[in-house]
Amino acid sequence: MAMSEPDIGLALVNIVLLGLLFVVAIAIARLRSLFAIVMLSGIYSLVSAVWYVAVDAVDVGFTEAAVGAGMSTAVLLGAMLLTSRTAKPEKSLRQLGPLLVCIATGIMLIYATVDLPAVGDPNSPANTGVGLTYLRVAWYDTGIENVVTPVLGSYRGFDTLGETTVVFVAGIAVALLLGFGERSLAETIRNEDKNLSKNAPKSDAEDEESDS
Amino acid sequence: MTAAALIAVLFGMLLLLIRAIAGPTLYDRVLAVNSFGTKTVLALGLLGFVMGRPQFLDIAILYALINFVATIAILKFFRYRSFQVPLVRRGQGGGNG
Repeated sequence: MAMSEPDIGLALVNIVLLGLLFVVAIAIARLRSLFAIVMLSGIYSLVSAVWYVAVDAVDVGFTEAAVGAGMSTAVLLGAMLLTSRTAKPEKSLRQLGPLLVCIATGIMLIYATVDLPAVGDPNSPANTGVGLTYLRVAWYDTGIENVVTPVLGSYRGFDTLGETTVVFVAGIAVALLLGFGERSLAETIRNEDKNLSKNAPKSDAEDEESDS
Repeated sequence: MTAAALIAVLFGMLLLLIRAIAGPTLYDRVLAVNSFGTKTVLALGLLGFVMGRPQFLDIAILYALINFVATIAILKFFRYRSFQVPLVRRGQGGGNG
């Protein structure tokens, strides 16, 4: 088995994907059009989903694609209905604080990675404790190839059921808050705007972006 | 061969990213995101073959479904300004966009 060549290729793929993520993140921070930011956050989720699959975290990648690219794009668009289409430009002095917080967090995270075990290290905690037992037993217990799946769905099935319930309830709560359709919050606000603009000379909320 | 295809797809992702960032109109960005999702599916499939694990194809197909749903949601949102199309048109004042 040729170990070195696929490793280099995979490292290149990782570098390209992380570079794309970096470019998207910078663009999200710099752009002012909220619609473009929503679209770019969808792209961010897609790229990170591919990257998760490339580093063998298939389940995380799939969750990222479903929640990040599918669901949260729709929710963010619904939230955009309630606000304006462009963000106000910040004063550059006020951006300094968040920038420092981000840099400090990044330094701490990079410092924390020094303590992480290398990939596939046989002496790492994941490979010495109870995880080894599951790796050995899972195939005979369940007959599923990927070890993550029997752990999630079988060994800790009740836990997964609880998690799924929590996510479902959270989704229902968001749907109730944002609302979809006639009786949604956005629709109510728009109707109020319409009633207000009957008194005002001109309504500009309607065809702002549809023909541009 | 598959590695070359993967490189080409990654380069295409880069080009689409430029269009999504620079794209002057809304539809440029919608199209860029949709094509980017397609490129994601292709990249996943090719990545599976490059890594010697063709099982990734199943995940790629599921990604294609999600990508479709997201694009439909965006376009519906901009056509009707709502995720639920009202079955009855309200009066003459609204909904003529």
